[in-house]
Amino acid sequence: MSVQQTVVIDGLSVPIEGERNLLELVRKAGIDLPTFCYHSELSVYGACRMCVVEIDKMGIVASCTVQPQPGMVVRTNTEQLRVIRRTILELLLANHDRDCTTCDKNGACKLQELARRFGVQDVRFGQEDAGLPIDRSTPALVRDPNKCILCGDCVRVCGEVQKIGVLDFAYRGSDATVGPAFGKCLADVDCVQCGQCASVCPTGAITIHSDVDRVWKAIHDPKMKVVAQVAPAIRVALGEEFGHEPGWAAPGKVVAALKSIGVDMVFDTCFTADLTVVEETAEFLERLSSGSRERLPQFTSCCPAWVKYVEQYHPNYLANLSSCKSPQQMFGAVARRFLGRELGVEPENLYVVSVMPCTAKKFEAAREEFASDGRPDVDAVLTTQELARMIRETGIDFDKLPIAPFDLPFGVSTGAGMIFGNSGGVAEAVLRAAAELLAPEKTSEIPRSRLVFEEVRGLDGVKEATVNIAGNEVRLAVANSLGAAAEVLRRIESGEAVYDIVEVMSCPGGCIGGAGQPSPSHLEVRKQRTQALYDVDTMQMLRRSHDNPYVKALYDRYLGDVGGKKAHSALHTSYGTRRRIAGEEIKFSSEEVDGKLDVGVCVGTCCYLHGSYDLLRGLMDRVARHGLTDRVDLHATFCFEQCEHSPNIEIGGSIRGNVTEEDIDEVFEKEIRARLVE
Amino acid sequence: MTPVEAAQRKFERVNEIIEEHGREQSALIPILQEVQAEYRYLPEEILTYIATAMGLSVATVFGVATFYAQFSLSPKGKYVVRVCDGTACHVRHSMRVYEAIRSKLNLRDGRFTTPDMMFTVETVACLGACGVAPAMVINDEVYGKMTPEAACAIIDTLLNRDGEN
Repeated sequence: MSVQQTVVIDGLSVPIEGERNLLELVRKAGIDLPTFCYHSELSVYGACRMCVVEIDKMGIVASCTVQPQPGMVVRTNTEQLRVIRRTILELLLANHDRDCTTCDKNGACKLQELARRFGVQDVRFGQEDAGLPIDRSTPALVRDPNKCILCGDCVRVCGEVQKIGVLDFAYRGSDATVGPAFGKCLADVDCVQCGQCASVCPTGAITIHSDVDRVWKAIHDPKMKVVAQVAPAIRVALGEEFGHEPGWAAPGKVVAALKSIGVDMVFDTCFTADLTVVEETAEFLERLSSGSRERLPQFTSCCPAWVKYVEQYHPNYLANLSSCKSPQQMFGAVARRFLGRELGVEPENLYVVSVMPCTAKKFEAAREEFASDGRPDVDAVLTTQELARMIRETGIDFDKLPIAPFDLPFGVSTGAGMIFGNSGGVAEAVLRAAAELLAPEKTSEIPRSRLVFEEVRGLDGVKEATVNIAGNEVRLAVANSLGAAAEVLRRIESGEAVYDIVEVMSCPGGCIGGAGQPSPSHLEVRKQRTQALYDVDTMQMLRRSHDNPYVKALYDRYLGDVGGKKAHSALHTSYGTRRRIAGEEIKFSSEEVDGKLDVGVCVGTCCYLHGSYDLLRGLMDRVARHGLTDRVDLHATFCFEQCEHSPNIEIGGSIRGNVTEEDIDEVFEKEIRARLVE
Repeated sequence: MTPVEAAQRKFERVNEIIEEHGREQSALIPILQEVQAEYRYLPEEILTYIATAMGLSVATVFGVATFYAQFSLSPKGKYVVRVCDGTACHVRHSMRVYEAIRSKLNLRDGRFTTPDMMFTVETVACLGACGVAPAMVINDEVYGKMTPEAACAIIDTLLNRDGEN
């Protein structure tokens, strides 16, 4: 019989049960040691030192960095530890912009909470006011370096979970900062605006770019008919803002709350999720039956952070992205095109608000592709947190609100539309639709095997499955985070795996784990929200998007055939390449001389990997050999946003793609030398 | 070599340096050191290029380049003058030497490099030459037992030498 291994914590014997560090063990014992930099899903950093404990024979250590050993005797509350913690807080506060009352994070700030918990009433080290500029460059996020406590949570979530690494530490000692490369703003670098950095930030250093004021203005404008759409993930999370358990499903409360703050009509994004499924399934079956694998696997395109990621990092897969707009933008499209007519409202007086669990949806709504005549299809995007703020601002008692139904015609949806909020949900919805469309015989009773696809459920990073649909083997992968998406792409590229359809959601858990959701949003919370959405789905009479009678009616009335011309013009879009970082080119000549022929060779990632440096050298050689150095302004540049044709060369303003080493002589003779001889 | 050829040669060197060291993350610091030796600083576009070539995030490369005092992201002068302000030099009035050089070269406010890109004047925490405090080093040459007058005379010598060339 094995003896239970234990650690003594404040005199209490606590069994070791696979805890990865002493901090987890202490917390299991019911002692909530404070931390700023510890997140169970990120690597251990050990920077904030708030979780210090005293261990016999070891002294004072940060408990997050210590493995629990049998027989350890640990104290968590001594006078010395108390002084250390309080001093750390005072030092952090001295370097922190303490204008709490006007801070977006007021009331939800970890630093504020711990300062209160430890009774810090005086900061002995004064107040530093660095006055660093605040970055409001993106529609999604606001970065205020004056509030950063250098815990590195954002650096690790961006680097470890999303595997992008937009943010990192820079400089050292008292000059240390966290931010994008070269102190650039977020809009000028490869940030996909998923906002996971904001969701782990303990202070107000990275927050959500608020659209609350714009929405109030529209609500209070008597001319405006304000219509809202509500994403699936909101209904299982908004309650958390008002003291309910995660996963408390309350769609009727969300509708009632929006109505009570003055929104005229409330629709369901699940309805346009159904529409997306119908279009996306048709697109998928078309690609699958085309006989060519050129545009397979089909990638989902509902997640705007993922779309931006493909545009920046994997432009060779742009054609694989489903051309279907996301449910948010499908709603925007049908609302702007048809809803005004239905309601008898001038299109310009229709104000379309989205309630989304997501910060990247703000970026998506602002994309040029989704505007007509300069007016975006979706006027403003509120996150779950912002909606909660508006409800609180009115003073309405959320719990006393009666429940209310979604409005017609965009208020009825199926279970397939609801599970869009979960990782694996879009794949499952498409599988349900494909199973229906390919089924040899239609039955009134739908077999469970055509409705529930357990293979794609769960919170694993990469989920793979082969599903038999009416005799067709469909190979699919579901990526749960951008880091997981990078792994799926690696498997495709190495030939390790072949897929027909790939679903990617950038945030862990899918939209239910979006950065606009209430805090905290850790694994346990995400599990509960996920289950709640599956429960909501199970309760639906209709669980397949094709069965949605209002979707059918929309096609009959306005959109014509599924995948047809009218549907295409309203519901589909295309995406382009996008450079990762704004900046200078590598010049070889300092003076700007008129009359020089401008020749730029792209050395951005795609072109570089396709051998553009060899092209550059080849051109340098030829230019020098022919004595044209003073007539050609040759330089290396970063990204013409033509990555799908890499490597690219720009000569006198026109770009030539797919240049190979064999082409250099021709390019030089015909396009450079010939022009100069003229 | 024309300036254009020299600039192209430098960029070719960057590529050679990366090839020599390989693309493992651990090669980043030696690569940055050698690239800085070519350019006398680390230009932003070259750092972006190095990140691209090594498959690293640009923010990470920027983080490393700003962490170490040996790297500079702004162009330095032909002569880099480092006046030691370690304890031994400090108590022997190294700051008077530093201020004398700065005022001679007309460096005010936040400027450390002369507009003609001839001189960069900085302080350094310790050169390990405490026996000859106060010390300063210009490029690779150490000068000991400095006074404001002696330091200015050395700067004059360098100015004259360059004037003759």
